[in-house]
Amino acid sequence: MNLQRRKALRTGGGVTLLTLVAAAGWLRAEDARAADWNKAAFETNSMDATVKALGGSAPSQSKDIAFFQTPDIAENGAVVPIGVTSNIPKTESIAILVEKNPNMLAAVFDVPAGTDPSLSTRIKMGQSSNVYALVKADGKYYVASKEIKVTLGGCGG
Amino acid sequence: MPDPSRIRANVVGDSTEVKVLMNHEMETGQRKDAQGKVIPAWFIQDVTATWNGKTVLSAQWGPAVAKNPFLSFKFKGGAKGDKVIITWVDNRGEKRTDEATIA
Repeated sequence: MNLQRRKALRTGGGVTLLTLVAAAGWLRAEDARAADWNKAAFETNSMDATVKALGGSAPSQSKDIAFFQTPDIAENGAVVPIGVTSNIPKTESIAILVEKNPNMLAAVFDVPAGTDPSLSTRIKMGQSSNVYALVKADGKYYVASKEIKVTLGGCGG
Repeated sequence: MPDPSRIRANVVGDSTEVKVLMNHEMETGQRKDAQGKVIPAWFIQDVTATWNGKTVLSAQWGPAVAKNPFLSFKFKGGAKGDKVIITWVDNRGEKRTDEATIA
C-alpha cells in the first residue's frame, strides 16, 4: 500500500516546490518508521507465518491466557472490545490476532517489567472468527483462542 | 494537527490504571468509496506510553484496530501528580503526544 502511495505522490502532477519539500519530509519520516514497525508481521494471514515474522516459532496452547470484557457475540464488527490477561510468568508481549481478517495480526503490545500483562483495546472484525491471544513469555510463544460471532462486519462496505 | 487523545490515569492500590481514547480514522485500506476507488489505509502504527521517562507500554498496531482506538492498561508505581505521556505515530508520519496527570 505504501508503494501505491509513493506512486501517487510521484505522479501527483502540478508539483510545486512546497509540496515537493513536504513530500520529501514525509517520505523520510516513513523510512525512519519502517524500521520500527514490523510490516511483515502485519501482512501475514496464518498463525505460523505471523509468529515467524514476530521472530518466534510454533506457539503452544496455554490455559494461562484469559480473555476479559470480550463478547461472545459482537453486534458491530467495527468495534469489538478485546481484553487479554496473561498469567504466564515473564510475559514480554501480547498480540491479538483475528483468524478471518484480511491480515491476521491486529496489534502487538510490548509489556515491560512493572506493567501488568493485562490490557484491553478494541479491534475490527470482518466476520465471525476465532480471535487469538498470542503471548511471548521468557522467549517462548503461547496462544489461546476465543470464538467471536459478528452480526455486522467491520471491513468492506 | 490531529485531535488530542483523551487520557485518564488513576491510582489503584499500588498501580496506576491508564485509559486512553485516541482520535483517529484507522482506515483499513480495504474499503471503497462511492466511486469504487479504494480508500487508502491510514492508521496508527506505533503507540508508546511513558511515565517518569520510563516506557510502561509500547504497541505496534495494524489497521484492524478499531476507529478512535481505546486502550487500557495498568503499571506498578505512579503517584498522584505524576504525568503519563502517550505518543502515537500513524502510517502517514503524523504524530501526536498527549499527557495526563495521575489522579
